[in-house]
Amino acid sequence: MNAFLHQLASGAALGGVYAIMALALVMIYQATQLVNFAQGEMAMFSTYFAWKLTDLGWPYWRAFAVTVVVSFLGGVLIERVVVRPFAKAPVLASVIVFIGLSLIFNALAGWLYGYSVTDFPTPFDGPPWFGQRAMSAHESGSILVSLAVLMLVYAFFRFTPLGLAMRAAAQNPTSSRLVGIRVGWMLAIGWGLAAAIGAIAGMMAAPIVYLDPNMMAGVLLYAFAGAVLGGIDNPFGAAFGGFAVGVTENLMGAYVVGSEVKLSVALAIIVGVLVWRPSGLFGRRLVARV
Amino acid sequence: MSRVAQPGTILRLAVLAAALAFPFAASGYHLYQGAQVLIFAIALLGLNLLTGVNGQISLGHGAFFAIGGYGAAILTAKLGVPYLLAVPLASLVCFGAGFLFGFPALRFGGLYLALATFALAVATPQILAYKGFDFLTGGSSGVSLAKPHAPFALPLTTDQWLYCLCLLCAAVLYWAARNLVESRVGRALVALRDQPIAAEAMGVNAALYKTTCFGVSALYAGVAGALSALAVGFVSPESFGLSLSLSFLVGIVVGGLGSLGGVLFGALFIEFVPNLADQLSVTFGESAKALPGAIYGGLLILAMAVMPGGVAGALEAAMRRVSRKK
Repeated sequence: MNAFLHQLASGAALGGVYAIMALALVMIYQATQLVNFAQGEMAMFSTYFAWKLTDLGWPYWRAFAVTVVVSFLGGVLIERVVVRPFAKAPVLASVIVFIGLSLIFNALAGWLYGYSVTDFPTPFDGPPWFGQRAMSAHESGSILVSLAVLMLVYAFFRFTPLGLAMRAAAQNPTSSRLVGIRVGWMLAIGWGLAAAIGAIAGMMAAPIVYLDPNMMAGVLLYAFAGAVLGGIDNPFGAAFGGFAVGVTENLMGAYVVGSEVKLSVALAIIVGVLVWRPSGLFGRRLVARV
Repeated sequence: MSRVAQPGTILRLAVLAAALAFPFAASGYHLYQGAQVLIFAIALLGLNLLTGVNGQISLGHGAFFAIGGYGAAILTAKLGVPYLLAVPLASLVCFGAGFLFGFPALRFGGLYLALATFALAVATPQILAYKGFDFLTGGSSGVSLAKPHAPFALPLTTDQWLYCLCLLCAAVLYWAARNLVESRVGRALVALRDQPIAAEAMGVNAALYKTTCFGVSALYAGVAGALSALAVGFVSPESFGLSLSLSFLVGIVVGGLGSLGGVLFGALFIEFVPNLADQLSVTFGESAKALPGAIYGGLLILAMAVMPGGVAGALEAAMRRVSRKK
């Protein structure tokens, strides 16, 4: 029983990471109907940046905050410089550009920081919280951070004028432009937010999966699975999907298929959902006008 | 227009002549590289039929390459099938696998297909290394097979024979792909890419054409994978990861999306860029490992921005400009 609880806990901890990654994917999707294949490598690069700062002797939370801000600015910059010129390009071209971006970040990280696997510090070390034994301190802290991010993002979009403007720009760009919202900048801010959320996801995942240039390939895949499962146009669905995928993946890995083929669980989820319920659990049915 | 002196035909014959002369001018390792280029060209032909001609995105063709490779290795090494039979058998298996994957692919719009094939590419090495299939796939250590020797006492070395085999396959498959694209079926595939709704309204059976195209594309990847297993003499899970699938994508983008001749440029590119990085790593150490990724990534974005037709498109434009000046 204890082992089962332990698996459940570590599934939920990684599930939180998948949930906020999926949320970042959905944010871009809602605004552009595109999935950012470079999300994982961008997050990995941010994580390396944070590692470099802590390596220089910075305290963890200062490094954390600076990394989030720098990632936000980096996301805005990428949207302005790389993504924007392809705004009207067909889906294939956009996917190719995103793949190109991810290859560049992967190479950049390998070139700057090397290919060896590194430890990443966690701010939540010490004994498990609340006197229980199923969940390590990092796992509890990571779930807490994920939930805080989900809550903050919800509050931002629900209660601030900027959040409202961003939702409007995503839903109806033409009318939004007519009432004076700068739609292009809203999209850039969306990219910035997605990059910042990705950075947090990377920093929460790194103590578990260890830091190396390919660390986020699996995480991104599970985030895709979570987003598809929950419905790729629904932020709540994606967050729920992320947690669900994390727990499923861990339990399947521990008790059913074995941890060596855990990634195929994501493949099975993606293909299964797309075959039986393409809109996901909470997504809207796609209706096209002919 | 008379039948003599079409520049395209002359170019194709010249390339064929050069490719035929190559095994007698080059030796050992260069022949092996030549065979690799031809193998990549076959895989790129398949991916280009799917992505370039039919507009379906696949980020997971490495998986079908892997099925072809493992199929050939298992058939020859474990079941004792002659290799000349193993290659077509393995590629038929690939056709089946591609056709089946194409079925759910129908329901995915372009983007979802990219997601699903991405998942396939990431999961492939793990599935290949799965312990439950150990008796067939050899787990993470893979399968070794004997390199084939030239039959009928032909005076060719093993490398020369393998190169010739790859050249034969590449030429036949290129010819088949060309005929396919220029036929009624090819027009239907292009129509489904550019105007899916209009194409269906004109009576094109979208489901049948798209799944069959996926199957044929996987078959090409399978032939390439099987030939690669013969040429290398070894298959292992690590060689069929996401980076292989992505380098195929790089290959068709560099060569030119939808251009069948362009795959040769793409194949040369993805064979020699990693090679170049290997050579540089002698002087620059580990950081040279980053070079192929950086070049690939930069070129993907650059190609989409300024040269969407790839090398083939640029050459065509240049040729047109020259002939207009006359």
